[in-house]
Amino acid sequence: MAAGASGIAVAARLANRYGLIPPDNSGVFGIGETLTYAAQRILMSHHSLAREFGRSEISKVAPVNGDPPETEAYQRLLHSGFADWRLSVDGLVARPSSFTLEELKRLPSRTQITLHACEMGWSFIAEWTGVPLNYLLSSVGILPKARYVVFFPLDPWWESIDMADALHPQMLLAYTMNGEELPAPHGAPLRLRLPRQIGYKNVKYLSHIKVVEAVKNIGKGVGGANVEDGYAWYAGI
Amino acid sequence: MHFLSAWILVLTGLVYVAIGILTHHFREHLLPNKTQLRWNAIRQVVSDHVHLKRPPKEDAVSYNLLQRVGYLAVIFGLVPLMIWTGLAMSPGFTSVFPAVAGTLGGDQAARTIHFFVAVSLVVFLIIHIAMVWLAGFKHRVVTMITGRTASGTDYP
Repeated sequence: MAAGASGIAVAARLANRYGLIPPDNSGVFGIGETLTYAAQRILMSHHSLAREFGRSEISKVAPVNGDPPETEAYQRLLHSGFADWRLSVDGLVARPSSFTLEELKRLPSRTQITLHACEMGWSFIAEWTGVPLNYLLSSVGILPKARYVVFFPLDPWWESIDMADALHPQMLLAYTMNGEELPAPHGAPLRLRLPRQIGYKNVKYLSHIKVVEAVKNIGKGVGGANVEDGYAWYAGI
Repeated sequence: MHFLSAWILVLTGLVYVAIGILTHHFREHLLPNKTQLRWNAIRQVVSDHVHLKRPPKEDAVSYNLLQRVGYLAVIFGLVPLMIWTGLAMSPGFTSVFPAVAGTLGGDQAARTIHFFVAVSLVVFLIIHIAMVWLAGFKHRVVTMITGRTASGTDYP
């Protein structure tokens, strides 16, 4: 009995050390979340890439879920072409910074044609261009204690991901879709593109990125507004 | 809930299949045997089912042809297809094994198959319970759980 308990304790500590325990690990459903997250992190240890498609496979229709923020502040930004919008990056970084849209567009970019799949059942393929998050984070200097990156948009939403996804080469802060400025319903001026997780992790209308050691002090401590509503924190599914 | 159930299905399923192979359960009790595959026998078992004829109690000692085909289809057809099409919809899993979705024709094809397999499994469940009811619910459930028939004979 004691040996079994200490065995589980050692396994839990090892799993935590190697980043195999998600923030929403508690409760009965937490067992499933932990198994899925740990299994996929072990399988993905060689930084697998999501499939990229050809131009001819781009979907004609790109559905959206949810409207852009109706606040006056967002509408004002939208009509001014996001001239006064800033992306702030802070938390566990050496040089907290903020960027205008023009500054982001001058940084090295990556273009990828990937699948965006919603948990509601629809999916579409589109081409996105944006700044790789790993470039942006290394340019501000990630401190050694960093374990999660938290995203706050212009609406009262938030999400977080682990460093494995934050540093993944396909993880983009996208500002164009199918060669045009990102449309408002798709998250203008800037959205996440994280093709190894499903739609709801791809935060739209980004305004603030915070690098942290733990997410337990943010909101209800489970790692995202969606998670507080009962969705999985890790949505590699 | 969905994904926790998936883990339970996969983990218990692996144990079940491993034990079934090691104890020759599948080969001896689920693969149709030669007598069952004779034309007369096939016609007889189909006709008994069509007429909803109650099987005698001694029948619980072994599986008939339709049971064997049904169980094999579920164990080695529908359930693996369920898991396969489920994994094909996982963007994380397919980034490691793209062929899992590619061979099916993409995530939406996988979703459609996943849905039809789910419906098939529910239909199987309903028919299965109806047949158990028809054959004598209490007796059959006791046999199912203990592996012994009412007459005390061990399952061969």
